[in-house]
Amino acid sequence: MKVKKRVEKVINAVFFICGLITIIAVLAITAYMVISGVPAIREIGLVDFLFGQVWRSTGSNPEYGILPFILTSVYGTLGACIIGVPIGIMTAVYLAKIANSRLGGLVNTAVELLAGIPSVVYGLIGMMILVPGIMKAFDLKSGTTLLAAIIVLAIMILPNIISISRTALLSVPEEFEEASLALGATKMETVFKVSVPAAKSGITAGIVLGIGRAIGEAMAVMMVAGNVANMPSLLTSVTFLTTAVSKEMAYASGLQREALFSIALVLFVFIIIINIILNVFLKRGDKK
Amino acid sequence: MKQDITKGLSGKRRAYSGVMRGLAYLCAGITVALIVFVIAYIFYRGLGHISWEFLTTTRSVLNDTIGILPNIINTLYIIFTTLIIALPLGIGAAIYLNEYAENRAFVRIIEFATETLTGIPSIIYGLFGYLLFRQGLGLGTSILAGSLTLVIMVLPTVVRTTQEALRTVPLAYREGALGLGATKWYMIRTIILPSSLDGIIGGAILAVGRVVGESAALIFTAGTGYALVTNYVQALGTSGGSLSVALYVYVYEQGKFDVGFAIAAILVIIVLLINFAAKFAQKRLKRI
Repeated sequence: MKVKKRVEKVINAVFFICGLITIIAVLAITAYMVISGVPAIREIGLVDFLFGQVWRSTGSNPEYGILPFILTSVYGTLGACIIGVPIGIMTAVYLAKIANSRLGGLVNTAVELLAGIPSVVYGLIGMMILVPGIMKAFDLKSGTTLLAAIIVLAIMILPNIISISRTALLSVPEEFEEASLALGATKMETVFKVSVPAAKSGITAGIVLGIGRAIGEAMAVMMVAGNVANMPSLLTSVTFLTTAVSKEMAYASGLQREALFSIALVLFVFIIIINIILNVFLKRGDKK
Repeated sequence: MKQDITKGLSGKRRAYSGVMRGLAYLCAGITVALIVFVIAYIFYRGLGHISWEFLTTTRSVLNDTIGILPNIINTLYIIFTTLIIALPLGIGAAIYLNEYAENRAFVRIIEFATETLTGIPSIIYGLFGYLLFRQGLGLGTSILAGSLTLVIMVLPTVVRTTQEALRTVPLAYREGALGLGATKWYMIRTIILPSSLDGIIGGAILAVGRVVGESAALIFTAGTGYALVTNYVQALGTSGGSLSVALYVYVYEQGKFDVGFAIAAILVIIVLLINFAAKFAQKRLKRI
């Protein structure tokens, strides 16, 4: 009996440690990001680093301003949302409220597949279709542009927006919709004036999740955006926060390398803020 | 008898319903068209370049031939190493959360940490793995460093799916086992885990999907090596590029698009298989 009790205690402790792992991981990642990211910011100066418009890390007189990267990441994410959000929400409406189960199942499978395709595959397709297409359409020297990255990101965030919005729409209480229908509203009026507003928190959570994915994507964007440290505009080659890191990481050294970790820290701060916002909306959705 | 319920409506309301319904169909159509196009295009450009030789040889700079056998094996090594560590930890964490934890606040913190891990982009995992495993623990650019990085990345997936599976086990099972005098660990081992096995397998399949598609987190940890290492233990200590990483290197760094499409086709086939396997596991879970 005593042995049994001791075994139980040990097992309990083992599971407890497993439970702690995710907390330890988050703390460790945060610590590493801060510790490795702060030194270069201190040396360069926070204002010069965040708001400097020139990134010239390899020249004899290097400058480390990451405003172009920050703005590119923000614009790129916004652009992806402008394209991806309407399509995503409408697809979710179709899945949750219009489709019959067979056709809906088929579309749902398509969405899941879209989520499963590796980002390098999207990058490859973007390189082969979007980049030359944009070059021709706008008569540019090179098609590797912010626009190409925006389109690739829009496709990549679609599954996130769709699946979370769909779940939110499905969990709207039936009474809401029945009441609206009984009052004489058509099916579509009910969906867009009752169901969608009722699922607002969940849909917002889906969008925020999409934003998180877009701002953190590296490889696909790397392959289509051209990776030049320009201030962003739709038809120029640009560098995102993520690609600024991955582009130079392989050969960087000294202050340049430390500055890359500082860029990662800025990205990390963005992600944490997005996560907190996401949690607020998810909680609000749960309360209903 | 089917009635036209829009019959008595004003033109404006009828138009609203029609337009909104049309938009929903259109957007769902765009989503489906996207995935069909992606798969068809990749197969069209890639399948023709897959040959027996391509799959079973290594890259030879001397003969200027390319084979992806090492990349296939590296991918398998990475999947195996990641799962063998992530599954026990993740399942343990889920068991702790679901069966042992009594402090609500503590559970909330763990769940918040798990959600935070989900939102962290893979490039940040890559940098973290670079700092901790490659440099801090002195593992160098190796499959082990890459796998350990991915362990943290897939942990949330394993924890979440296992938790969901554990929740489907009826409370009566637990009460029955404990009522018959079983200890808690005995009950978990013989009743809870076997009844939630399908869900756990589903989670493992999803984790495999993430590992297969990953590139940004691996490129700075496991590297891009393409030597064939048949000894597993030896391979753990060597640099090895997975299929996704190889795609990126061949396409972006060497401009070998045919090779890229061939690898992309293989990746898409794997994604299809993984999706069907996960569906199958889910269906079995529902039946129980």
